[in-house]
Amino acid sequence: MIATIGFYVFAVILLASATMVVTARNPVHSVLFLILAFFNAAALFLIAGAEFLAMILVIVYVGAVAVLFLFVVMMLDVNFAELREGIQRYAPVGLVVGLILLFELGLVLTGWHFAPSAAEIRMSPTPTALSNTAALGNVLYTRYIFLFQLAGLILLVAMIGAIVLTLRERGTARRQRIGRQNARQPEETLAMLNVAVGAGIDEIGILRPLPGPAPAGAESHALPHAAEPH
Amino acid sequence: MNWQIALPEIVLALCGMAILLFGVLYRRDASVPCNMLTLGAFLIAAFLVLSTPDGSGYGGLFVVDAFSRFVKILILAGAALALMLSFDYNRHEGIARFEFPVLILFAVVGMMTMVSAANLMTLYLGLELQLISLYVVTAFNRTAIRSSEAALKYFVLGALASGLLLYGISLVYGFAGSTSFAALASALSAPGGASPGLVVGIVFVIAGLVFEVSAVPFHMWTPDVYEGAPTPVTVFIGTAPKVAGMALLLRTLSTPFGHLSPDWRLLIELVSLGSMILGALAAIGQTNFKRLMAYSAIGHMGYTLIGLAAGTEAGLRGALIYLVVYVFMNVGIFAGIIAMRRQGRVFEQIADLAGLARTDPALALAFAVFLFSMAGIPPLAGFFGKLYVFLAAVQAGMWTLAIIGVLTSVVGAYYYIRIVKVMFMDAPAPAIDQRPAMVSFVAAATGLFTVFFVLFSAPIVAAAQAAAQVLFG
Repeated sequence: MIATIGFYVFAVILLASATMVVTARNPVHSVLFLILAFFNAAALFLIAGAEFLAMILVIVYVGAVAVLFLFVVMMLDVNFAELREGIQRYAPVGLVVGLILLFELGLVLTGWHFAPSAAEIRMSPTPTALSNTAALGNVLYTRYIFLFQLAGLILLVAMIGAIVLTLRERGTARRQRIGRQNARQPEETLAMLNVAVGAGIDEIGILRPLPGPAPAGAESHALPHAAEPH
Repeated sequence: MNWQIALPEIVLALCGMAILLFGVLYRRDASVPCNMLTLGAFLIAAFLVLSTPDGSGYGGLFVVDAFSRFVKILILAGAALALMLSFDYNRHEGIARFEFPVLILFAVVGMMTMVSAANLMTLYLGLELQLISLYVVTAFNRTAIRSSEAALKYFVLGALASGLLLYGISLVYGFAGSTSFAALASALSAPGGASPGLVVGIVFVIAGLVFEVSAVPFHMWTPDVYEGAPTPVTVFIGTAPKVAGMALLLRTLSTPFGHLSPDWRLLIELVSLGSMILGALAAIGQTNFKRLMAYSAIGHMGYTLIGLAAGTEAGLRGALIYLVVYVFMNVGIFAGIIAMRRQGRVFEQIADLAGLARTDPALALAFAVFLFSMAGIPPLAGFFGKLYVFLAAVQAGMWTLAIIGVLTSVVGAYYYIRIVKVMFMDAPAPAIDQRPAMVSFVAAATGLFTVFFVLFSAPIVAAAQAAAQVLFG
C-alpha cells in the first residue's frame, strides 16, 4: 500500500519535473529540475527493488552529469531564447510527425504478443538468493566480461579523442621541470653575506643574479670561451 | 570458457594500448614508429585470425567461423592500405601525430568485434567503438574548418543512427526475449514468432546498419564527410567500415532474422535500388573528385546489397566477392587522389587532372585502370564483382534488380570514363608533384590486383563460397 502511494507520488513528481526541464525559461532552472527528476527516478528504482541502479543513478547522473550540465549552462554564453525560437517555429510540424508516429506505434502495440519460446530463453532471470548488487557484479565480471572490456575500450578511445582534438601545445608555455627542481642545492639560491650597518643592498650588489646553473641561452654563449684554450 | 576465441581482437587491443604508451613516452616525434608498429600489429592480428579455430565463446557473445575470418582479413588489409597512404599525407598537412594509427587500430578492433558478433549487444558495442574512433579521425585536421564540419555532421547523424539501432534492439529484445543470435533464430523459427512489434524492431535495426554502409535513405552524411575528412581518413571510411557494416548486415539478416526474410527482403531491395540509382545520377554533376567517390560508394553499396536481396548462397558469395574487389579498387583510386598535389598544395577538382597522361603517364594509367574497373569493363576486377552479383540476382529471379543494376552501371560508366577522357584528351595542366614512394607502391599493388584478378580469382571465390555457406548452414 505504502509502496503504491510512494510510486504514484514519485512518478507524478518525476513527470512534472521532466516537463519543467523542457519548458522552463531559465536554463539553470531546467538543470535543477533535471536533478529533481533523477532523484525521483532513483526512488522509483528503489521501489522496484533495484537498489544498485538507484544509487548509481544518484551518484553518476546527479553527482557528475547534472553538475557538469550546470557548469556548462552557467559558463557558456548560449543564447537559449534564440534556440527556443526554432522550437516554436517547428513545433507544429514536429507535433504532426509525433502524432503520426504515436498512432503507428499504437497500431503496432495493439497487435503484440510474446514469442511462445521467449520465456524459456530469457537470458538473466532475477536471482532470488542474492542482493542485486552482487548479482550484477556476478554477471558483469564473468558472463559479460567481454562486453565490459569492450565498453572500457570505448571510453579509452573517447579519452584519446578528447585529448587529440583539444590539447594545444604552446611553445611559450613554461613547464615545471621536477628533476631539476629536486636536484637544486641551497648554495645555488642562497648567499650568506655580512652586511655592514648602514650599507644599502644596492652597494653590495645583492640584486645581481647569483652564480648558479646558467639558463640555456647563457650556456651557448659560454661554450666558445671554454673551447678557446685548446 | 574458451577466451582464446577472441585472441586476435585481444592482442590487437593490447598492441594498441602498448603503442599508445610508447607514443606518449617517446621523446621525439613518435608518429613514424607508431605507424610501423600499427602495421606490425595488423600483420600479427591477421596471422592470429587465420590460426584461430572455429567456435563460439564468452557465453555465445562471440563467434568465429569462415565468414568472420574472410571479412576480418579483408578489414585488416583495407585498414593497412589506408594507413600506408596516410604517412606522407599526414606529414605534409602537419597532422602526423601518433594518435592517428592508434585510433585507426581501435576502429579495426571495433570492426573485428562487429564481424564476430553473435549477440546484438556485442554488435552494438563493436559498432560504437568503431564509430567513435572514426568521428575523431575525421576531425583530425582540427585547424581545417571543413574537417571539423564533416566530423560534426558525421557525429550527429551517426549518433542518431545509433539511437535508432538501440531502439530497434530494445524492441527486438522485448518482443523476442533475447539478444543472442542463436536464441533469436530459434524463437523466430516458431510459427507466428514474428509479431508486428518485432518487425518494427528489425526495421529499426536495419536502418541503423544501413547508415553504416551509407545506402540510400541514410546516405546524406557521405558526400560531406568524404569531402571534408583528411583524404587518408576518407580512404579508411570508404573501405574497412563499409566492409564491416555490410558483413554485419549479411550476418544479422541471415542468421537471427533469416526466417523472416519475406518481411525484410523488399526493404533491402528498395534500399539497393535507391542506392544504385542515386549513386549513378547524383554523381554526374560532381566536379570534386572526393565527392564523386562518395556517390560512387553509395552506388557500389547498392550493387553489394543485391547479393543480400537475392537471399541465396550465391548472392552472399557475390556480395563478398564484390566487397573484396571494391576495397582494392577504392584504395587504388584514392592512392591516385592522394598523389594529386601541385607545388605542395592539394587539389581535388577533376578538371585539374587535365592532360595527366602527358605529364604523368604512370599515374594516368593507374587511374584509368581503376576507373574502368569501377565502371565494370570486362577483363578488370570490377566486372567480376558485378558479374557474380547480377548472376545471383538473375538465378533468384530478381530481374528488376539485375536490369536496374545493369542500367545504372551504364550511367556510372559515363562519369567514370569522362574522367579518363579529361586525363587523356584535354590540354595538359601544369605537372603534379613527385609522388611519395609509399603512394606509388599502394597504387601499383592494388592496380596489379585489379588487372590480374581474373587469373587468381579462384581461391578468393572459394573462400567467399565457404564464408557464405556458414551463414546458410
